[in-house]
Amino acid sequence: MATAVLEARGISKGFPGVLALDDVSFRLDAGQVHALVGENGAGKSTLIKVLTGVYRPDRGTLLLRGEPVTFDHPLAAQRAGISTIYQEVNLVPQMSLAHNLLLGREPRSRLGVIDMTQLYAEAERVMTRYGIRTDVRRPLRSLGMGTQQMVALARAVSIDARVVIMDEPTSALEPREVDTLFGVIADLRAQGISLIYVSHRLDELYRICDRVTVLRDGRVAHGGPLDELPRVDLVALMLGRDPAEIRREGATKFSGEHTAAASGPLVEARSLSRRPALRDVSVQVRPGEVVGLGGLLGAGRSETAKAIAGALPLDGGTVLVAGQEVRRGSPAAAIRAGVSLVPEDRKAEGIVPTLSVKDNIALAALPQLSRSGVVSDARVDRIVDSFMRRLRIKAASPDQKVAELSGGNQQKVLLARSLATGAKVLLLDEPTRGIDVGAKAEVQALIDELAAEGLGVLLISSDLEELVEGADRVVVLRDGAVAGELSGDQVTEEAIMATIAATGETDG
Amino acid sequence: MTTTIADADAGAEARCRPGALRRERVGHLLQHHGALMVLAVTVVVGAVAFDSFATPQNAANIVVSSSFLAIVAIGMTFVIISGGIDLSVGSSFVLAGVLAAYGSRYGLLVALLLPLAVCGAIGLVQGLIVARTGMAPFIVTLAGLLGMRGLMLAVSDEGANTYLVQNDAFSALGQTSVLGLTAPVWITLGLVLLGGVLLQRTGFGQQVYAIGGSEEAAVLMGVPVARVKVLVYLISGLLSGLAGALNAARLSSGVTILGAGMELDVIAAVVIGGTLLTGGAGGLTGTMAGVLLLGVIQSLINQIGVLTSSFQQVVSGAFLALVVVLQRILHRAQRLS
Repeated sequence: MATAVLEARGISKGFPGVLALDDVSFRLDAGQVHALVGENGAGKSTLIKVLTGVYRPDRGTLLLRGEPVTFDHPLAAQRAGISTIYQEVNLVPQMSLAHNLLLGREPRSRLGVIDMTQLYAEAERVMTRYGIRTDVRRPLRSLGMGTQQMVALARAVSIDARVVIMDEPTSALEPREVDTLFGVIADLRAQGISLIYVSHRLDELYRICDRVTVLRDGRVAHGGPLDELPRVDLVALMLGRDPAEIRREGATKFSGEHTAAASGPLVEARSLSRRPALRDVSVQVRPGEVVGLGGLLGAGRSETAKAIAGALPLDGGTVLVAGQEVRRGSPAAAIRAGVSLVPEDRKAEGIVPTLSVKDNIALAALPQLSRSGVVSDARVDRIVDSFMRRLRIKAASPDQKVAELSGGNQQKVLLARSLATGAKVLLLDEPTRGIDVGAKAEVQALIDELAAEGLGVLLISSDLEELVEGADRVVVLRDGAVAGELSGDQVTEEAIMATIAATGETDG
Repeated sequence: MTTTIADADAGAEARCRPGALRRERVGHLLQHHGALMVLAVTVVVGAVAFDSFATPQNAANIVVSSSFLAIVAIGMTFVIISGGIDLSVGSSFVLAGVLAAYGSRYGLLVALLLPLAVCGAIGLVQGLIVARTGMAPFIVTLAGLLGMRGLMLAVSDEGANTYLVQNDAFSALGQTSVLGLTAPVWITLGLVLLGGVLLQRTGFGQQVYAIGGSEEAAVLMGVPVARVKVLVYLISGLLSGLAGALNAARLSSGVTILGAGMELDVIAAVVIGGTLLTGGAGGLTGTMAGVLLLGVIQSLINQIGVLTSSFQQVVSGAFLALVVVLQRILHRAQRLS
């Protein structure tokens, strides 16, 4: 067997409280396009950071063309021929395309100063090879994401990269740009350059990748040639399910059945579009119903929830609450209409850690609790008290800092905040991620109760079990579009995975 | 569904339409030559309104009095493009003047080299602190401002002692007229050309832009970020020192008051000239237009007579506010296009 271009052997990397990588081995051969997949927290980013010198592994070795190496710095990895093209392109937006492409290698005139004519000519020549025809003197930020990514790629290759790591390169690209990118990738492969390709778009993976490594919970769940692995199996591996023995075990606290009122939808999203993240997504939730949103990371689940909550600017589509259209792109209007989002990233988008439990609950409801701008303390206390009891929030007192609470209780505080605004529709994005088992069951039971009281719930979860047992219906998203809808007995883990794995063309 | 596709295509087409392109060009022109255009308009208006404005004598006055600000502004342009700020230039300018006058008793060379060495060294130290510790340039150079002001007061006995220049060769450097313009004007011109080449046509210049545009990206692109940062503060220190020394030569004394607070005028000139305060974009042509614009406004207000010269600052302030608002709008327009 030929020597691998880049090999990781038994890599472990821990952070306080988590083992992000646990004895991970990975091998990349010359001219190979290697898919690296896994859900959130699987360890992909950590592995990439270890390979590119951002992190040092706690244990294990890296081998470059058979020689052990250590990278102290991202620049060291880059000098060794490993280039990373991040989702957020790492170029200078204000500088021209040509200057970005050739920074540090500018052609000089006889006087030793930069020869602008040659600089632009050289840049034009390089970009033409990558299928980009544009004015290379324009500042990079005025160009499309596809072009920017291509410049990053061209720069990486031109500084003698032997390994190019691409992290979700197509997430911001138009289909036409994706085709150009794939053409370039094919060329690079022919030149013997190896690629590590991180993406959740199955169609793309099967189109260009030779091998796949699936990470889950910091370990390698699978490694092998991609074309031998059926799509459903790949999805099952990513989501941590053994496709052979999926069975409902009833481990969650969901009762599973809600008596959805036969009335019209409480909230209805029609043809939500925001290129390229969302394409024509429609979802309905009736009173008393829990609707699940399924799909892989990056399929558009969080974006759908944010769009309904007015927190995402849209290219098109409407949101109706109880038949009334809600003003687009205004979270305040959505809250007034009774739609409340409990975001995925509790720390960044949800709680205000330095404030007390009481303040966190009352925050969004303040406009309703105040009269001509003056907040009535007594009313706040009453409402906070009632929600703390109703949601069984365990805190020393309403004045305790919310940062001191456990993850589960923080989540309940967020739920209480939503309910305090008089929400009729709850959009819950991964409500049980990162909280312990006991608290998870409590939050699940709470969601059930709220639905039983007539609220509409849109539940996003990567935990298939939670989705199957918690939701009455599941809308499956793929690459920003609705791939299918399952209801009643159809809601099974197999059916969800099969819908995710179905090829994009069949239901175009 | 069909409508979505049509909309998408229309959107893609809109981006290629000549209208959008033209708008982008105009934006580009305004960003880079806005100050120059405003300067031209102001000069024309001044010439029409006042007979004594468009005279060679007045033009020479404006250019001569602007040259010291211009030299300091060259260094500031480098610093601001790199994403930093240098508040110490005013103090450095005054200190250099006092040191030059003090040093002139030991000859021309000392009169020139003493201020350059001291101001250059302080610039170097500020650069090292900014680059190595990652402290905010605002704070580091504010400390420099206070420190150098103190140093100047110490050298001049609390400002009581005004040193006179005691070297004719040194005085000549500030006063000799060549082709109707004094030596500092020609020195400024030479420095602008040199600075322009350094900024636009050398690897170092490109690295300055790269750091200001995105420091993170610059690191990954192999730019020696720390070295470039140290160098821009060194350049700024040297140039403010040179400007101060030349000013002392012109006035034949180390004046301890003139130039305090100059840093704000310099920053205003650079920003009016189209250099982004956030770094990564700008240039010396704009800066020079900004410097001259401030000079022309001052001259026009002197012409009006009924207004005291304090109003110059009101007008300059208004211009500055206008430019910053314009930059913001242009920036947003470019994002959208």
